[in-house]
Amino acid sequence: MSQKVLLSSKEINIILHRLACQLLETHLTFENTVLIGIQPRGKFLAQRLTRILKEEYKVKQIDLGFLDITFYRDDFRRGDKTLEATKTNIDFLVEDKNVVLIDDVLYTGRSINAALTAIQSFGRPKDVELLCLIDRRFSRHLPIQPNYRGRQVDAINEEKVKVMWEENDGEDIIYLVNR
Amino acid sequence: MSELSVKHLLGIKYLKETDIQLIFETADHFKEVINRSIKKVPSLRDITIANIFFENSTRTKLSFELAEKRLSADVLNFSASQSSVKKGETLIDTVNNILSMKVDMVVMRHPNPGAGIFLSKHVKASIVNAGDGAHEHPTQALLDSYSIREKLGDVAGKNVVIVGDILHSRVALSNIFALKLQGANVKVCGPKTLLPKYIDSLGVGVETNLKKALEWCDVANMLRIQNERLDISYFPTTREYTQQFGVNKKLLDSLDKEIVIMHPGPINRGVEITSDVADSKQSIILNQVENGVAIRMAVIYLLASKIK
Repeated sequence: MSQKVLLSSKEINIILHRLACQLLETHLTFENTVLIGIQPRGKFLAQRLTRILKEEYKVKQIDLGFLDITFYRDDFRRGDKTLEATKTNIDFLVEDKNVVLIDDVLYTGRSINAALTAIQSFGRPKDVELLCLIDRRFSRHLPIQPNYRGRQVDAINEEKVKVMWEENDGEDIIYLVNR
Repeated sequence: MSELSVKHLLGIKYLKETDIQLIFETADHFKEVINRSIKKVPSLRDITIANIFFENSTRTKLSFELAEKRLSADVLNFSASQSSVKKGETLIDTVNNILSMKVDMVVMRHPNPGAGIFLSKHVKASIVNAGDGAHEHPTQALLDSYSIREKLGDVAGKNVVIVGDILHSRVALSNIFALKLQGANVKVCGPKTLLPKYIDSLGVGVETNLKKALEWCDVANMLRIQNERLDISYFPTTREYTQQFGVNKKLLDSLDKEIVIMHPGPINRGVEITSDVADSKQSIILNQVENGVAIRMAVIYLLASKIK
């Protein structure tokens, strides 16, 4: 197994600020916008963006939730392992809100497809956008594209994109791992 | 650990402690799901489940059916009283006929102990025991422990007394297995005629004085007097049973601590417990019912994920 660095901590930081600015440009006060991090890995990205928006761009109030999509996935019973759920924490309604779904890596699009179904349990959003840090293009199984993307990469199916976060893994870094 | 060690849920006796923890963690997620405005998830959309009840049930049957529907499974309901069982069909034939209709899982209640175990050896589907005679009622024990964990934070180290008809109770046996497995201290309390002879071999204490039992415990699980199973007279009169083993508000208030009151239902109000106890804030009887759906969703989800 070999791995190379796709993005360093410094590059990630610059990208996060750009993504925050792009969100700000569209949603400005975040009055009618909610950010939803897709569990388990999208949570860190969503938290980081919220922190940047609040601390550095002085947005007063942002509704941030975390959505677990395990029970909505289309590969139940198709793998060897039982799918393990994580916590959903959405303490507001998304009815008539602009929802921004946030995940670290966009690959086949199946997780996002599940998230689009799952979010309907919390109301009917006005519109739904997608933000991802890494967009693996040419590997989509479904017609799903991000509205905001950090970096687009071409990776073959044998390769895996591994996103590490300081708060969880000790360091902000993204690797391309050859399996 | 993310997988159950068993293919069927036949009894708590066959589970490991880690299985129980996995079921509880999964139930936590489902409890959040059933408190949403839309309470349904699509996980089991390609699974068909047959609920086969050879014995009457309201709560368990409704709870299973609701759990299955919340998971988007297709559900077949079958009760023995309206079926060919009356015409002399055997259990295996009945179930195999149902399975020919491509059913993946069977939830069964049966008056004979071991019916689920027997069936699991002869048919291909996953079996969930919803009560087999006086043997086991595993999902009830799981939801009881889950409710204790929710109320008191943990099951390990807690003192739990099970009061009433221990002899005929599958709830008691499953609860004893589940509580012991999780490290709780268990006592049983009831008239000597309703305590099994070799109950000590399960590692539980015996107390025939209700007041002493309540003073010792953190949780009292009050069982129903199962009149339908009392083939001979085990105590002189219901009134005398209530005087000795019924919990009323006065008795609860005389204790120096607040204990938790549980009951698997259906309640004989005024026999095991009085109405003011059943409806008091110490009682978690309705929480048990709510948790029942979450626990059954977890059990079905985890077992279904092993069906290939």
